[in-house]
Amino acid sequence: MLNIWEVAETNKMIEKENLDVRTITLGISLLDCIDSDLKLLNEKIYNKIYNAAKNLVSVGDDIGAEFGIPIVNKRISVTPIALIGGAACKTPDDFVGIAHTLDKVAKEVGVNFIGGYSALVSKGMTKADELLIRSIPKALANTERVCSSINLGSTKTGINMDAVRLMGDIVKETAEYTKDRDSLGCAKLVVFCNAPDDNPFMAGAFHGVTEEDYIINVGVSGPGVVKTALEKVRGESFEVLCETIKKTAFKVTRVGQLVAKEASKRMGVPFGIVDLSLAPTPAIGDSVADILCEMGLEYAGAPGTTAALALLNDQVKKGGVMASSYVGGLSGAFIPVSEDQGMINAVVAGALTLEKLEAMTCVCSVGLDMIAIPGDTKATTISGIIADELAIGMINQKTTAVRIIPVIGKDVGETVMFGGLLGYAPVMPVNKFSCDAFVNRGGRIPAPIHSFKN
Amino acid sequence: MKKTIITVVGKDTVGIIAGVCTYLAENKINILDISQTIVQGYFNMMMIVDRTGSEKPFKETAEDLEKLGEKIGVIIKCQREDIFNSMHRI
Repeated sequence: MLNIWEVAETNKMIEKENLDVRTITLGISLLDCIDSDLKLLNEKIYNKIYNAAKNLVSVGDDIGAEFGIPIVNKRISVTPIALIGGAACKTPDDFVGIAHTLDKVAKEVGVNFIGGYSALVSKGMTKADELLIRSIPKALANTERVCSSINLGSTKTGINMDAVRLMGDIVKETAEYTKDRDSLGCAKLVVFCNAPDDNPFMAGAFHGVTEEDYIINVGVSGPGVVKTALEKVRGESFEVLCETIKKTAFKVTRVGQLVAKEASKRMGVPFGIVDLSLAPTPAIGDSVADILCEMGLEYAGAPGTTAALALLNDQVKKGGVMASSYVGGLSGAFIPVSEDQGMINAVVAGALTLEKLEAMTCVCSVGLDMIAIPGDTKATTISGIIADELAIGMINQKTTAVRIIPVIGKDVGETVMFGGLLGYAPVMPVNKFSCDAFVNRGGRIPAPIHSFKN
Repeated sequence: MKKTIITVVGKDTVGIIAGVCTYLAENKINILDISQTIVQGYFNMMMIVDRTGSEKPFKETAEDLEKLGEKIGVIIKCQREDIFNSMHRI
């Protein structure tokens, strides 16, 4: 039988260490909504999402109340819209219309984000893919809850450099369209290499074509819990350090598994995966960078950071894998800058640079995330940053992503406020040297040699 | 059996257990186990109860207990047992 100490430990994690379920994400396939009539298509999309998700928020809240654990976000991911809108959309504005439909239904059912305004172009772009990509700036500026993601490369296909070049412009344009809000649109836009089909986290969530009609994916979180556990083993060896992280990750993930199974049962929707990511928030004590500091670094970004993060990421997986029947999504430590107070402190102190962040993404999920850069950064430079990050993913057979915000009108040293879970960020310097001739070549980078395994 | 864990944390005072037990009895909630301790002057109690006989929905019971806690000056939480079992039992 449970004892008082076990119960107290769990409740302490929830009340003092910010243990929560970060998101329950309902994946919905829209493939059966495809229609060549735009009006009909929008109607079908609205109805399918509304009917599937109308109880999502109340089910999430009920589970949270009964288990006594906060379920912070309830979200929806849908099939990449470039596939769904291809038959009906003849212009970027037609796609913007679908974004409005998604935004409307998201508000109606009460979810805070809906992901899947996406295109998968890792090898090439169809006409529809390109129209969707060109519609992104307007779509994100005119909607509140729609998130967009583009898969630009994979280990199997190489990197679509035409699309990478285009996305440099699109990121800049999205920033321009939302310059009155500190270029917030870019916080809802992410590009990927090796994008997973079952990621529950925004802005990159979409419902892959390999998935069934409906699925529940859950993302847990608990950087604060790991940090507190590590406070008790200060000065101990790496063996003790690793064991402590593993045990903690196990406990955190078990809660995610429980909530996922319960949500699946109550919604009558199959359980997909638990995403093992350690996802920070701007709240004090909910930081991945603080874990790195607790391991013995003065700041995130100090020498040793990549090793510490590699260790953390690996132990979280080892502990988490046994705690869940199906693991998927991104599953690793997130290192967003604006959403993590410890990372913000490290940037302000001058300990953390864009280049060090890039190195860190080699050993964790996901990539350059929520990084504010000067608004006058050239589109080609953004394409270059994207290409570098995608190359890391392609060669290392892992997911990598870029979500950077060129803040129009702001420069290094200034601060950007995004608000809420998106936090705030100091604008970081970018390497000033040009890569124009490289990214303007056109075509694609071939798949790496180790992808030919057949 | 619908096992539920009730935890009470707060400054020790007369009548905490009595207050909680009275509420549970009135609502046909059966107590299976009680453990209690004082940590640094703070009262800590855990009850394992069975809600099978109760007609009240879970949410209402939890809200009632929370209000009762406010009245006595302690924090009372009511949670389904599953969350603790999944975390502490393989």
